[in-house]
Amino acid sequence: MDKVQGFLVGLGSRVTDRLWRLGFAARFFVMLLVYSGQTFLRPHLLLREIWFSGVLSLIIILVSGLFVGLVLGLQGYDTLQRYGSSEALGVLVALSLVRELGPVVAGLLFASRAGSAVTAEIGLMKATEQLKAMDMMAVNPLARVVAPRFWGGVISMPLLAALFSMMGVFGGYLIGVVFIGVDEGAFWSQMQSSVDFREDVLNGIIKSFVFGIAVSLIAVFEGYDSIPTAEGVSRAITRTVVTSALAILALDFVLTSFMFRSL
Amino acid sequence: MPADSLVKISDLSFSYDNRPILNGINMDFPRGKVVAIMGGSGCGKTTLLRLIGGQLKPTAGSVKVNDRIVHEMGHDELYDMRRRMGMLFQFGALFTDIPVYDNVAFQMREHTELPEELIRDLVMMKLNAVGLRGAHGLMPNELSGGMARRVALARAIALDPMLMMYDEPFTGLDPLSLGVIGQLIRKLNDALGATSIMVTHDIQESMLIVDYIYFMSEGRVVAEGTPDELRATKDPFVHQFLYAEADGPVPFHYPAGDFSADLLRVPARG
Amino acid sequence: MNRTVLDLWVGFFVAIGIAALLFLALKVGNLSSANFAETYVLQAKFDNIGGLKVRGPVKSAGVVVGRVANIHFDPATYEAVVSMNVDTRYRFPKDTFASILTSGLLGEQYIGLDVGGDEKMLKPGDVIAKTQSAVVLEKLISQFLFNKASEGPEKK
Repeated sequence: MDKVQGFLVGLGSRVTDRLWRLGFAARFFVMLLVYSGQTFLRPHLLLREIWFSGVLSLIIILVSGLFVGLVLGLQGYDTLQRYGSSEALGVLVALSLVRELGPVVAGLLFASRAGSAVTAEIGLMKATEQLKAMDMMAVNPLARVVAPRFWGGVISMPLLAALFSMMGVFGGYLIGVVFIGVDEGAFWSQMQSSVDFREDVLNGIIKSFVFGIAVSLIAVFEGYDSIPTAEGVSRAITRTVVTSALAILALDFVLTSFMFRSL
Repeated sequence: MPADSLVKISDLSFSYDNRPILNGINMDFPRGKVVAIMGGSGCGKTTLLRLIGGQLKPTAGSVKVNDRIVHEMGHDELYDMRRRMGMLFQFGALFTDIPVYDNVAFQMREHTELPEELIRDLVMMKLNAVGLRGAHGLMPNELSGGMARRVALARAIALDPMLMMYDEPFTGLDPLSLGVIGQLIRKLNDALGATSIMVTHDIQESMLIVDYIYFMSEGRVVAEGTPDELRATKDPFVHQFLYAEADGPVPFHYPAGDFSADLLRVPARG
Repeated sequence: MNRTVLDLWVGFFVAIGIAALLFLALKVGNLSSANFAETYVLQAKFDNIGGLKVRGPVKSAGVVVGRVANIHFDPATYEAVVSMNVDTRYRFPKDTFASILTSGLLGEQYIGLDVGGDEKMLKPGDVIAKTQSAVVLEKLISQFLFNKASEGPEKK
């Protein structure tokens, strides 16, 4: 009897704890937006954060994009040539990258490269009382520290996803046209006639934009809400990566079901 | 106490998660003086500083700075007040991603429209005051503990505050740096014409530099007076604290049941 | 990191990011080829549209001249009503013939416009009168079998 009661009490307190945190996250997001105005008035703060989350993620995004494209080229060719339609390789590579792999894989990489770094940065600033010190100096940490990092991520993410897709298409081109010898004209023209700008490209960009907002929000929130000790910060970093990955995949499902519903 | 006090704390209580931390505190901080708040670890001293700075809201009572009640201020007025406050955090809390120079210049850049040449002169003056003008290009992680504390001090006085607050300024310093910091606190206070509040448990060092001392224990003020008065007092609490006796009015043991009963108890099987 | 070097890197990053977006839009996607600046609407009614989809191509003489804008079912006549956005550069005579065709054996379906000889042109919003529905494979096969069956006894 005691065990059951204990279990129920534990469950209840965990649920309320989650709800409490969710409510705090929502309030945090609103405050973040309220203080974002100052971010755009001081572009050098924003530039530094685009450098931090965008430029520093460039290498991993470009290299992974190329490899994903190479693999898509090999696998796609292997499957397509059985049906005698290897010219459709361009379509297959471009559609899978632009619609799904570009935004999703770039988002996952972005979360583990830039998101974790942002959480670590903010978490350490909290653990060493830098945020409190800033607040005592009459400088709002939300406006000065959190908002630029958030917007830096939101701006970087769609650009990174586009670069990822571009490198992927290039990888597919390398395998298909340069190494295997699929007709170059057919590769590009089939791709262009089947990939629609609004339906595919624009929706992919919207996806990456939404993922950018989600990952950046999770990263700055986990940092800001972390327990101010070395252990607390390292746990917050893990949570950033895990929660971001879940958020990206769940949002991807929701967005896809909205966007690509044919009739 | 003289009537002209910069900070006045009346009947202040504060509790965190229904756990009382401060309990009906009354204190006065006259202009131009250096006042120390002493007591054991965890007696609510740091909480008191955060209440004065308006980072926490009291459960009861009030803190008045310049005759204005802190917890009734709006966001803008609060930030306005904080611009005229300087706070030295326990471990300095320097911004680790920017060099010493930018740390000291931080508030000037945030709050003033001063041209960069003037900021440079001001930063050099502040750093010179703490004797670290030569270290302006270093990153915070290249500084020793004592140097970091001095840079943080230079940063805290960047806008010539009317009120300086020090949170454990002596913790973790070697005796030499400790003396340097102590002298700096006194000198800067007199040079700026500021008022200083110092939270510490370093008795010997602070007795040399402060004008007045409050002793706190378990969220209450248990003794107060000038250093000379306190040295002469027979109060057992002050005596224990001044001469660092292990047991006395402040118990060595955390409250617990009977010791022998605890030892004999058979652990319950799960 | 020096301020100016940082700015340079961020500028570089944003520039190649936008270049990648343009690449996706123009080289990978069809923004360059199939974006009709100005279009007008034509309608056509079919008994059966088969697998025609919204945004499917409208072709005349094999050239894409428009896109299917909307498909809906008319409960009064039990027909499918298809609206098309056609490029304003192209005008078609009144007696144009619209049929639903399939590209290749199993490819996507599209609307083919076969031009007649009428002097008058279709105006925006007009309905194409002459249409031919999609060929449904099952019907074709059953028709073929039926014909074969009816032919059968004569030979014996």
